[in-house]
Amino acid sequence: MTLALAVDIGLALLILAMAAWTIAVRDTFASVIGFVTYGLLLTLVWVRLALPDVALTEAAMGGGLTGALLIGAAARLRRTEATVRERPGVLTRTLAAVLSATVTAALSFCVLNLPDPAPTLAPAAAAKLGSTGVGNPVTAVLLAYRSMDTLLEAIVVLIALFGVWSLAHDRFWGGCPQLRTHADSEGILAYFARILPPIGIIVGVYIFWIGADFPGGKFQGATILAAMWLLVIGAGLAYLPPISRIWLRILLVAGPLVFIVIGFAGLVTAGAVFAYPDGFAKPLILAIEIALMPTLVLALALLVAGAPQRMPPQ
Amino acid sequence: MPHSLSSQDVTTPGGLLLVLAILIPFVGMLIGFVFGGGKAQRVALATLAAGLAIVIAIAHALVQSGDAVIYILGGWKPPLGVALRADGLSVVMLVAIAVVICGIGVYARADFGTPSGVKEARAPLTFWLLLLAVWGSLNLVFVSGDLFTLYVALELLTFAAVPLVSLDGRSETVRSALRYLLYALLGSVLYLLGAVLLYGVYGTLDIPLLAIRVRPEPAAWAALALMISGLLAKTALFPLHLWLPPAHAGAPAAASAVLSGLVIKGSWFLAVRIWFDVFAGVVTLPSAQMLGGLGAAAILVGNVVALRQTRLKLLIAYSTVAQIGYLFLMFPLATGLSSAGLDSVVSVNGGMLQAISHAMAKAAMFMAAGLVYATLGHDRVADLRGLASALPMTVLAFALAGASLIGLPPSGGFLAKWLLISAAITTLQWWWALVMLAGGLLTSVYVFIVVVRTLAPAHEGWKPKSPVPRYQQAVVLALALCSFLLGAAVLCPVDVMQIGRTVSRNTLLP
Repeated sequence: MTLALAVDIGLALLILAMAAWTIAVRDTFASVIGFVTYGLLLTLVWVRLALPDVALTEAAMGGGLTGALLIGAAARLRRTEATVRERPGVLTRTLAAVLSATVTAALSFCVLNLPDPAPTLAPAAAAKLGSTGVGNPVTAVLLAYRSMDTLLEAIVVLIALFGVWSLAHDRFWGGCPQLRTHADSEGILAYFARILPPIGIIVGVYIFWIGADFPGGKFQGATILAAMWLLVIGAGLAYLPPISRIWLRILLVAGPLVFIVIGFAGLVTAGAVFAYPDGFAKPLILAIEIALMPTLVLALALLVAGAPQRMPPQ
Repeated sequence: MPHSLSSQDVTTPGGLLLVLAILIPFVGMLIGFVFGGGKAQRVALATLAAGLAIVIAIAHALVQSGDAVIYILGGWKPPLGVALRADGLSVVMLVAIAVVICGIGVYARADFGTPSGVKEARAPLTFWLLLLAVWGSLNLVFVSGDLFTLYVALELLTFAAVPLVSLDGRSETVRSALRYLLYALLGSVLYLLGAVLLYGVYGTLDIPLLAIRVRPEPAAWAALALMISGLLAKTALFPLHLWLPPAHAGAPAAASAVLSGLVIKGSWFLAVRIWFDVFAGVVTLPSAQMLGGLGAAAILVGNVVALRQTRLKLLIAYSTVAQIGYLFLMFPLATGLSSAGLDSVVSVNGGMLQAISHAMAKAAMFMAAGLVYATLGHDRVADLRGLASALPMTVLAFALAGASLIGLPPSGGFLAKWLLISAAITTLQWWWALVMLAGGLLTSVYVFIVVVRTLAPAHEGWKPKSPVPRYQQAVVLALALCSFLLGAAVLCPVDVMQIGRTVSRNTLLP
């Protein structure tokens, strides 16, 4: 017990230190590394709180994907950053600090005074689990009780991708996004890019598949698969497809469209949009997840890769 | 009260239309993306027509039943599931936004056609996809009855709106887009924090259930403050307006119309929704006065700065900053009325009318500015000579839209300001009436300056830089006329905006 307490206190202190480091450090790259570490520490907190679903999501999205995006951004900024140094004035920084401290204090006060036991919908979500056919209540929330939110979140990812692509130069429209590669076909990166993906793909698919009944799910699985794809591309062993490719576009929209079609089929078979007929809930939920998987893998990887930067070789 | 609550939890006739109003634009976006190029534009225009029909059918269902239109998604009742609900406020916004977005769609055909000889171009494809995305997100904001679904709606709206700012790809517009993104993300985070806090304390995110459970206590105050501040940053209320003028003025005309006329109304509507329908028993008159104070400052600062602008698009953008101010005067007036034991309907209707008439007038103005730019090759206010003879319809549209912003009868702006001013006088809050009158005066000065400048004769031998299609001028005039004639809403036999709003009224008067 005391050991657990010591671990918790240590974690809390480390997280505060990483947060302070992320804000205080001058170098963008160092700040990003601080942020990724902070995300991984948060993952441990969720594990300590016995919330493996949240922990997996934090590790995949908060630490992994966001980290990759930020590292990419920091790498792009590196060349120009040294010349343009805009620093907010003392007054701005003081105001920001005061504001943040006030919000933190108010939030801490509210959180410490939350009703005990906290009102929760968890028993209700667990009680109805039988009619969804899945064993993981988080999956039931995401794909049955609040499936519209999940559908729209998948669409958000696509809209964000359109936004990133809209920054392309006009003459490269329809072309290929490009990762900054350090292609050395005999280097260590290429070695890893050959060894890791088979393992990563199995892990990713497993996390996706197990999500129906145990902690895991499509977003976390998709992030791992996207990372494997990017590893192969980053090592120069494969290229990203041009964004005008029809198969790419079909896969990108397939997830949300299948989701919507199955949702509306519920109107006929179960009396409401996004309802599942008795006994078919689990296969339909799986069908939606399988369709969403390529959409998410492609969209997440392409978000990291950025806007198209060259035309495909003729 | 228990009776009205149970009636909140069943799907009503026409409820399915709400699902369609949200998903049809997104389906159009997905299909348009697969086909790409010029076909995306055709898909978008077909989607606009279908969406307009759906929204009109929703309005019909609301008026027919005389009660809110409801859909229980998946048959899972709240609090476990999510309900879509359209009351009078939602439906009025749905219809107004549909009209404006269809107008913008017609106008944008000329500016965002895919050039011949190219299979697909960046800006046109992005515009048509995001236009549909903005529409679907706004519809979701208007009909969702769940605070987390509303957060998803805010996210959709942000990511759909921000790239519109930098469609032309110039580096300064990318900069304004980035600034807009930062403000908008900060707003989303604050809103989400508030929503999480509410769930932690009351165990539900459903709006009618929360309205019953929420109590005046520190957690509720904190949630209210967080959510409203977040929404203010997204709506660009003074002093959080700094992102708006460069973003709205730098975008292409049709995109500016979307951003200035429509997008900011989403976060404003959400502020209205939580203020009146979630926190009706928590809000206090002083907090409402604070919002009103920011609104009054926005009206004065926005108008004065608009007067000093030398570029037409920036002038229009600063006028948006001012007009947003009026939208927030509704809060102290409504809270003043209900704390005096009176019905707050007058001021709520006034605020809604202001939102609608501004959406139409501002979309018309930005699109008119686009035509001015195409004709003159610049938009310097000092040099608008010859416009009145080159683009008479457009100048008339600008003047009519301006009249609505000033608040001249019979415009929608007039009726809105008249309702708000009469609420101010009833509640003895005369200072808001003074601010509104001063704002109208300042607005009339810059509208007048622009119109007078266009009346000056052109130089000898001057020719328009590029011809402007007649249908673009017609659609701008039509939107301006809608705004100008909106005052006729006073003749409407039923108070459409208040249909299906019994629950919130019960909680207002405990």
